Amino acid sequence: MSQKFRLIKSGYIDREKKISFKFNGKKYFGFKGDTLASALLANGVHLVGRSFKYHRPRGFLGSNVEEPNALVQLYNGAKTEPNAVATTIELVEGLVAKSQNCFPSVSFDFGAINNFLSKFFPAGFYYKTFMWPKSFWHKIYEPVIRKAAGLGVAPLKPDPDRYEHKFEYCDILIVGSGPSGLASALSAAKNGAKVILAEDKPRFGGSLLTDEVTIGNKKGKDWADEKITQLKLMPNVIVKNRSQVFGYYDHNMMVMFERTRDHIENPSQFTPRQRLWYIRAKEVIISTGSIERPLVFGNNDRPGIMLASAAKEYMKVYGVIVGKKPIIFTNNDSGYDTAIEFKKNGIDPLILDVRSNSESSVAKEAKNLKINIKFSYGVVNALGYKKVNSAVIGKLNKEKSGYDNLENISCDCICVSGNWTPTVHLSSQSGNKLKFDDEINAFVPNQSRQNESTIGSARGLFTLKETLEEGFTKGYDLSKKITGKDLKTPTPTSNERIYEQHDKFWCMPLPKKKNYKRCVDFQNDVYVSDIELAVSEGFRSIEHVKRYTTLGMATDQGRTSNLNGLQLVSNIEKKIIPEVGHTTFRPPYTPVTIGTIVGREVGKHYRPTRKSPMHSWHTRNNAVFVDAGLWLRPRYYKQNKETLLEAAKREATNVRNNIGICDVTSLGKIDIKGPDSAEFLNRVYTNSWMKLPVGKARYGVMLREDGVVFDDGTTTRISENHYHMTTTTAQAVNVLSHLEYYLQVVWTELNVNVLSTTEQWAGVALAGPNSRNLLSKLFPETDVSNESLPFMGFKQADFFGVPARIFRISFSGELAYEINVESGYGVFMWEKIMEIGQEMNIEPYGTEALSTLRIEMGHVAGSEIDGRVIASDLSLEGMLSKKKDFIGKRSLNRTAFLNPEREKIVGVVPLDKKTMIPEGSHLVMDENADLPNPKLGHISASCWSVEYNNPFSLAILKDGNKKIGVKLYALSPLKNKSIPVEIVSSHYVDPKGKRVRS
Amino acid sequence: MLEIKCPYCGKRSQNEFSYGGDASVKRPELGKEISDKDWDDFVYLRKNLRGKHSELWHHVAGCRQWFKVLRSTATHEIFKTTKVNE
Repeated sequence: MSQKFRLIKSGYIDREKKISFKFNGKKYFGFKGDTLASALLANGVHLVGRSFKYHRPRGFLGSNVEEPNALVQLYNGAKTEPNAVATTIELVEGLVAKSQNCFPSVSFDFGAINNFLSKFFPAGFYYKTFMWPKSFWHKIYEPVIRKAAGLGVAPLKPDPDRYEHKFEYCDILIVGSGPSGLASALSAAKNGAKVILAEDKPRFGGSLLTDEVTIGNKKGKDWADEKITQLKLMPNVIVKNRSQVFGYYDHNMMVMFERTRDHIENPSQFTPRQRLWYIRAKEVIISTGSIERPLVFGNNDRPGIMLASAAKEYMKVYGVIVGKKPIIFTNNDSGYDTAIEFKKNGIDPLILDVRSNSESSVAKEAKNLKINIKFSYGVVNALGYKKVNSAVIGKLNKEKSGYDNLENISCDCICVSGNWTPTVHLSSQSGNKLKFDDEINAFVPNQSRQNESTIGSARGLFTLKETLEEGFTKGYDLSKKITGKDLKTPTPTSNERIYEQHDKFWCMPLPKKKNYKRCVDFQNDVYVSDIELAVSEGFRSIEHVKRYTTLGMATDQGRTSNLNGLQLVSNIEKKIIPEVGHTTFRPPYTPVTIGTIVGREVGKHYRPTRKSPMHSWHTRNNAVFVDAGLWLRPRYYKQNKETLLEAAKREATNVRNNIGICDVTSLGKIDIKGPDSAEFLNRVYTNSWMKLPVGKARYGVMLREDGVVFDDGTTTRISENHYHMTTTTAQAVNVLSHLEYYLQVVWTELNVNVLSTTEQWAGVALAGPNSRNLLSKLFPETDVSNESLPFMGFKQADFFGVPARIFRISFSGELAYEINVESGYGVFMWEKIMEIGQEMNIEPYGTEALSTLRIEMGHVAGSEIDGRVIASDLSLEGMLSKKKDFIGKRSLNRTAFLNPEREKIVGVVPLDKKTMIPEGSHLVMDENADLPNPKLGHISASCWSVEYNNPFSLAILKDGNKKIGVKLYALSPLKNKSIPVEIVSSHYVDPKGKRVRS
Repeated sequence: MLEIKCPYCGKRSQNEFSYGGDASVKRPELGKEISDKDWDDFVYLRKNLRGKHSELWHHVAGCRQWFKVLRSTATHEIFKTTKVNE
């Protein structure tokens, strides 16, 4: 099909560059500079979608972001994008789009039966109908409704495109490049302010692109082009098109997305698809313009019925006529612009004006052009199913409550103009409480709450002269405030058509005995009758009416429907609109692709990965890794076809029998220095620290102020005023903040400094009976005997030329040491130890074996210190000093903490000595008790005890002390298991701790 | 996202900071007798006021200093930020 509706001239498209694209499987042609909408209209395609609920045929209503109907599915496969607004998609070669919400096709849609059944589907239908039986909702009603209603289809594969984030600061951010935005950008930039000018469309100029105006001695668009060129050359200005500022957040944080790639034919592989800008602006100027409102009449949602401003834009910007027999239906003078544009292009329009007359300059111009104008007339009903083909028009009676006469005239499009609604979304988001402007019958911004100024038609100022003046003044005033400079740019003279007052009449009454559907909200299929029903059923608050009818919801955010809905409610309620109020405007102003919000933080980049310096060695040696917070730690070192459990048993057994080496770099390490360090430790730990000698380590427990255990670890006195603290991997970050809080806020008199050194040290644990033997070979010059380096001892020594720290501490319960060297020497240390330890059968062990070893020893870790236990629950009451105060001590006499039947840590062994107990299982008395089965405790950690060769778990059990020897059940509904178990001591292996001291 | 002026580093975005609660709360002195009620107030009870609120923030992704912020809980307006001892 050729482009039958393309004008020979006019428009800002590039006619040299023909572009082919596919819509609903059919190939069409358009030009570079077209949108998908303008290209389809050039080909005479109006039917683009089906309505949300009743599957009524729909065409284009608008020409920009206000479009409620023309939502399409773009492309296929992983690149597919649902709910793309056809009026904002720039045409590129090979574009593929199809209609949504229709089956099998947009032209023949089964769902349209809903329209004939529509009296059964009024507002609130779902709430009333699908209430019973309750069990049907989840399996039957919801899936069926979801399939029948709704918009596009989400892609099932990961998004292959790349998105970027960018942070920017400026003095003044100006949203919208229409006359007021351009004027303010120009005067602010010339006065030295750092300016960002953002325009959501590809072309700058806003209304200057379509209005018959002159500024200075230039046409509006030429003036805009010239000024944009000037601005782009200024070093203090960033000019961005295709950039939608969609959110206004606290402290003038503005968020904008820039479409960087989809409009480019052959983008480089490194071009991101979109870029999200976080802009912190000292001042924000909102010059977002205004959007035309539709008029409401019978079947006003048929394809071929669109906003007069949209029809004008298609002619002036794209050289496309939307019909050859147009009716212009208006309640104000701006509809005349569209009529004149048609006339200039050789098409005779008919103007129906609900007003009784207009003497404005634009109306006179129309009259002079001999355009047929019928005053006091309006469209009553549109005829034609998939495209309007005629209209019932009527002469309104004096009260505008009915018709003096009706007649039928043929047409192929109806352009409606119901006056202008300022685009106040961003102003409202900024916290500006809107006020109702009776003159223009719309809400406008009132008092700014942040550094925000709304100017031009976005605040209801509709003449070019005033708009320019305001723009130049505002730009100057704000920039002067910021830069202190005083260079004023004079406002140029301008020429424009003059408009008169509009008629507030907007909803055509139904003729007698007619029951036409009159659409208020196109996107959500909300009709006049739905709103009437909601109000008659008692929904008074506009927020309730919105939720009951869905008026103003979904992707178009009620841009074309909100005010008409409000007017209707206020009419029915006989209230004035300000009393009805308006619904809340929330970000985003236009839909934002989730990929853009996420940016590069996807997959592995979702959060940082922390790796130990020895990571490469682990990788080379078949380590299977596990996430431990941000850290990647070796879980086990796989040999042949071993399972996790087999490997953990092998590795743990080797520690018990020979020697193992484990990477413990991820352990939190905090360097503590200062003369008051001992006193500080004494306050943050529950046990006493005043007498710890240099060269010794001590185990400590920290509480929160509420008495709950916070963390545990060892701290070593390196020298007189220097300590080295270790924390659990999980709490490392929180412990540091905790220490800083007490030092900086609470006990400022203490002279102590703390610093995280987690990443500065590479750490290994050497555990097992051979460990001292190995240590003596690693440090031949150092005395590592039990006497010289006893349990909880510490030495600094030379490790083949590298300074090292040796701590005799043990998590495994075996004779064990930890060695730290500077991170850069981590691999050197590890390889040296492996080499020298070979003869003693050294093997690396991962976190699974590490857990096995600590569990069967009854050592607590993060799975027990879960933020709900106190020291005595973990049998750590011996750690609580009676002689001194410490953080959280005062809370320990809480009644619940003193309960003698409190939880206690215990060991759990399955009676069959074979079944592993799932972690998280509940311990209960009777496996068959009525639900909810009273819970006595839970399994916190499980392992296969290598010492006894049977499963062993730790549990936190109510009154656990008295339950040793008792038989219970471990229930795991998740794993569908019920396991008979016996309660034993948590110290399953070496309860006296002889090995660590050996 | 708030913009907070760290007294040590200058203006930074909120995501560099973490919130630390009511700055007017004073931890009872160590080793001193204190009634159950006073201790309970200290550990658990906080005013949930609307309006000017003096609170602590921690510049965790910056200089790691704790400092005070006077902020409106209703509008998020920040009136001033000061060092803890100011």
